[in-house]
Order: sequence, then structure tokens, then C-alpha cells
Amino acid sequence: MPRIDIPELEHARNHWTRPHLLDLESLSLEELVLLLDTAAVFKRVTQGCTRRFPLLKNRTCANLFFENSTRTRTSFALAAGRLGADTVDFTAAGSSLSKGETVTDTARNIEAMNVDAMVVRHATPGTPQLLARHVGCSVINAGDGPHEHPTQGLLDIMTIREHRGNLAGLRVALVGDIAHSRTARSNIWGLKKLGAHVIVCGPSTLVSRRWEALGVEVSHNLDEILPNVDVLNLLRIQFERQAARPFPSVREYALLYAMNRERLARAKDNIVIMAPGPINRGVEVTPDVADGPHSVILDQVTNGLAVRMAVLWLTLSARERSERP
Amino acid sequence: MSTRLLIRGGRVIDPSQRKDRITDLLVEDGRIAAWDPGRIESAQVFNAEGLIIAPGLVELHAELREPGWEEDETIETGLRAAVRGGFTSVGCLPNTEPPIDTPAGMQFVQAKARQAKLAKAYVIACISQNREGQQLAEIGGLAETGAVAFSDADRPVQNAALFRRALQYCQMFDRPVINFPDVQELSRRGVMHEGLVSTVLGLPAIPSAAEDVMTGRDLRLAEATGGRLHLANISSGGSVELIRRFKARGIPVTASTSIVHCVLTDETLRSFETRFKIHPPLRDSTDVESCVSGLIDQTIDVISSGHAPRAAEKKMLELDRAPFGMSGLETCLSLAATYLVRTGRLEWLSLLERLSTAPARVLDIPAGSLQEGAAADIVAIDPQAEWTVQPQQFASKCNSSPLDGERLYGQVAVTWVDGQPAFRSDEAADRWL
Repeated sequence: MPRIDIPELEHARNHWTRPHLLDLESLSLEELVLLLDTAAVFKRVTQGCTRRFPLLKNRTCANLFFENSTRTRTSFALAAGRLGADTVDFTAAGSSLSKGETVTDTARNIEAMNVDAMVVRHATPGTPQLLARHVGCSVINAGDGPHEHPTQGLLDIMTIREHRGNLAGLRVALVGDIAHSRTARSNIWGLKKLGAHVIVCGPSTLVSRRWEALGVEVSHNLDEILPNVDVLNLLRIQFERQAARPFPSVREYALLYAMNRERLARAKDNIVIMAPGPINRGVEVTPDVADGPHSVILDQVTNGLAVRMAVLWLTLSARERSERP
Repeated sequence: MSTRLLIRGGRVIDPSQRKDRITDLLVEDGRIAAWDPGRIESAQVFNAEGLIIAPGLVELHAELREPGWEEDETIETGLRAAVRGGFTSVGCLPNTEPPIDTPAGMQFVQAKARQAKLAKAYVIACISQNREGQQLAEIGGLAETGAVAFSDADRPVQNAALFRRALQYCQMFDRPVINFPDVQELSRRGVMHEGLVSTVLGLPAIPSAAEDVMTGRDLRLAEATGGRLHLANISSGGSVELIRRFKARGIPVTASTSIVHCVLTDETLRSFETRFKIHPPLRDSTDVESCVSGLIDQTIDVISSGHAPRAAEKKMLELDRAPFGMSGLETCLSLAATYLVRTGRLEWLSLLERLSTAPARVLDIPAGSLQEGAAADIVAIDPQAEWTVQPQQFASKCNSSPLDGERLYGQVAVTWVDGQPAFRSDEAADRWL
């Protein structure tokens, strides 16, 4: 393994041991900080993720997206490209999955094409964990149903760190469809490890009181919590995952929870507004707020690249190190 | 010429007579001939010292899947798994394809079971035609052909009026109606128990209310009709409490729980492994405690193995696509011995009661007793033996087990059906004298 003349990266590589990134829940605080610091270094040395930094030449990453995605898939492909790795794309629609092949068989077949990492998105929680047990390459969870989306959680936290520094004591509200949101879960684990005060807010049919058992504040009233919130992360309503409508109408939802100019006026002056995008404009957030000065939505996109570079490089390095005698 | 077998020196436990003592048991021509017969000439001898000798276990309701789902299990492999697990009688659920809702369908199962010459199979026939929950099946004809009970198995009757009619109609034939309570409007799409774990994992969940609401409905309808109701595989504390209340009022209801629901919780799903996807779902630790205390105070009469086999390739799918199910017959007794007897929660006599005499009484079948003259369906158990669950070695076709790799105590040494050994363990080979 070649030496890298950036001490922070050398340090990170020596201390990171996981060949997969499946969730944020199981990470230690040290591992979480290591990932975030590594992402920050990548962002710096690639000048905002615009330059190549080819630490993963001759490696191949497979994008296994069993569920639609444009943003995350492109972000992973670009991150791999910045590191000098190739990406092969795999879409469920054009695959043998429609012929009844199991997801495990599909993954094994793709692995047999000498793939070093598999970036997996699937509608069922636990599928990346299932594949990690059956394949030898690195598995990166790019979203498993409503369970976790670790790189999204990391990029959200990286963005908050950039804007607010230390997260300890910061009041971060996740607003919307918590029940079906993998972004919410990854954020909750990551934010709590870093000492933030996490509030989940949304309709009672989508925000379970059970979160309180994990030290998360639960609210159903955005206007009540808004004045004391430092960061607002507006989650998309996952219409496609909801078996039955959990609230009477989109209009009523927007009335109760949409982040608009009037609500913004009652918030802290330095509030940070995020959205893991794709957003339903006018439902979770009105266009003037989404595009306004408090919004950091575009920073999130750049940080997504940095985080994914860090994750790909660290997991692949850990696997390659463990393979050598 | 008569054949005689002397089972010598075992700890003979017969819940039907509330007897538990070390004695010899003489078997002659497939029947229990005598307790403590004294000196016996010309008999084959089985040295049972250190073993428990009990009535063969009775599985009140197991899925054997044939006809139609032979990739999951066949009647033969299911009954082979049964005798390996110490069971000598099995109530077979009708969730087959086609469902067992005609005498001809019943005769197929009965013939297959006779050919297998393993455990005895008793048919539980459908409540409704084609298990559709719309029209009653021809319950009279089915009862005449030997149906011991009626159930729509894992598709419980949702229509309260039809269920009430089934309870009324079955009374004419003095047969119990077995229901696996589950309001499907509440449980649909669910993969696991609704609780903190499902909230964290983001898995679609099944609330306890799905079970409790129908348990309440069924109890009230049993009370109103006077019909015989058996609530099967109860798993939630709320349902245990409801049953306790109705039993106190003298309603003729019996209940069972599967042994895994007395041991495992929804925490197991954190592994995302489909072998923990069973129905009803594994619930939280307070539910587990409710099931165990329900067994102790006899709110729950019967322990079931929860045997619901599904083929390996089906269980290899993602959690939401994989079917509910598990292989249970070969681990049931040991799991109970390990977690109920060794922990001091139940005596052997009470445990064996729930595993043999009680289910035999629910089905009203000649089993669960070692009285003189009874069929010599007997199990010999080594209570000290320790073993590791290896589902690949199951006799069942289904090797999906939530106990894969667990260390358990208590092992079946021999299972006799009508005096003939239907299973003998290698460990017990030198006990035949």
C-alpha cells in the first residue's frame, strides 16, 4: 500500500478497520469523527471535490441500485471517479432480478466480475447487511428502505459542522416523515454520538413516541419547537413507501409543517436549513426558503462527494489490508 | 406371537396420571401392558437409567405443507422430524394447495401419513371453503372422515359473522375451532413486531393489537355461542391477559403458545436474518414473560413447536419478500427443557403435560398418556445431554431455524410409536440390551 504524504489520511487509514459501511448506529464516536475528518481532508485537497485524487486506481465499484436514485448514484460514481476508480452501473429493471433471481445471487455474480466495492440501495431494510455476509468485497449501504442511509447522515453532519463547528448541545430538528426516513435514522445516530440534542417533528402517524426511549425529543408541533432550533433538516414525505395515507391531505401537511417565510421569521437568525433532497417544493419547504440565505442544500451536494470519497477509500483500504497475510 | 419390550429403570413421568417415579414399563403388542411388572422373561430390554420416559409428545398444530408445497415439507419429512423431536402425534394444518377442505383431501393426507409409518397424523380441516373465509367448508363430512379440529391456519377468518357461525356449527360435531388470531388490516405488510426495535430498524411492523383485537373477538364469540375455541400460538401479553380473564369466567377456551415465543424476542431481528421472521412475530421481553407466566398459571394450556417450514430458497430472499416460517419440531423439547425446566420455571411433569396430555385433550385423540392399555407412544429423553442445533442435519426439509448454532439441553433418545422405535439416537445405541 503506497504511502500518502498527508498525515491525516495516513492516520485515518491506520485506524479504520471496517471493510463495509452499513450503518451509523454501530459506529463508535472515534470512527464517526475519523470519517468526517477524512471527508474534510478530501474536500480540501480536491479543492471542493473538483480535482482528482487517484488513491483507488485500478479498482472497480459497482453501483447496485435496486431502487431509483439519481443524486446518490451519481454522487457515488463521481466520488469513485475522483479517486481514479471505475464504476459499473447495475439497475434492477434491466437485471435478472425480474427473472426471479435472488438478490444474493445477483450480488455474487457481480462480485465474480472482480468488483472491489458494492454500493447498494434497496427498498428492504437489511439487504446490504445480507449481501455483506455473502460477498467478499466491500459493501456500502446507499440506503436500505427506511433503515439507514449512512453517507447521507454523514454529509448532513459534515455540513452542520462546517456551518456551526462543534455539534455538542446544538438543537437539530428532523422534520417530516420520520417513520419512513432512512436519512432521519442515520442522522439521529450520528448527531447523538456527537452530543447534539435531536428533535424529531411531524404528524403523530409518522413520528413515533418510541424515539423518546433513545433520548430523542419528540414533537408534533413545528411552531412550538421552531424558535429554539439551530438546524432544521426537512425530510421528504415518502409517498411511495406509505401503505395508507398517514395524514388527510398534502394541503394539511403543508399547513402544519411546510417551512415557509412566515415560519422562518420566527426562527433564530442563524438557523441552518437543510434538505436531503429530492424535495417536494411547496410541501416540506417553499421555494423562497429552499433557495434563501439560510439554505445549505447545495453545500450538502458537494459534501456528499467528499463523504463518499472518504467512505470508499477507507473501506477499500481496510479490506485490502485484511486480505494481505 | 406377542412382542414385549421392557423399558427398565427410567424416571417415568405420566402427566395424565400425575405420576413421576423411577420404575419399569412393560410394552406388549404396541400397548402399555404394565407399570412395574416385576421379573419378566423373554422381553427385549431397553435400559432407561438416567432417562425420562414420558408419553410421546403431541404437536397440536403443525404445517406439513403437502400437498402443494412439497419444496417446504412433505408429510413424510415432517413426520420424520416429529419423531426426532419426540412427537408421536401431529395435528396437520390445512394450509396446503389445495387446502384440505374435502374428505378426499383428508384421505390423501391420512394415506400418506400411514405409509410413512412414523408419527401419527391427525387432520385439522379448513373452516371455510378453499380457506377463503367466505363460506363454511363441509364440516360435517370432514368430521365424519376424521377431522379432529377446524382451522383456516395462517389465514384466520376475518369475517366475524362467519367465525361465529363456525363456532356454532362445529358444536354439533363436538370439534374445536382453532384460530391463529390476527387482524390482517392491522398486520398487513408487517415483517416484525411493532416496538422500539422495529422503529429503529425501519421495518414494517405488526402491532400486538392485530393479535389482541381478534383474541378479544374470538373469546366473546365463544362465550356467546358456547362453542369450543382454541387460540393458537398466542404471543402477546395483551392476549394472555384476555384469555386469563375469560377463563376465569368459565369460558371453554384453550390456548397454545409456540416455545420460541417463550424464549426469543424481537431483538433477534437486528441481524436482519430471515430465520427470525416468523408468525406471530417475536415480540419484546415483557411479552415473552407473559407467555411464560401464562404457561405457569395454566392460562396457556399447550406448547407448540411453531413448525411452519419454508424452503431454503424462499428464506434466502430479502426480509420483506421471504415468507414467515421456521422449522420447529426438532428443537421444541430441548428449547423447553433449557429455558423452562433448567431455569426452574416449570417442573418436568408440567412441561410434559403441556407437550402431550394437554394437546391430546384439546384434539380429543388417544395420546398423551402412559396408562395401562394406552397405545405405546413413548418418548425417552436424556435430560442432561447437551447439543448444538445444526439445522442442516434436520430431518425436516426446512433448515431455517431461529436457534441455529444454539447450545441446548435435553435430547430425545428414542421415540416409540405403537411400541415400535420410530427414532433412535446414536447416543442411545448401547442401551438396547
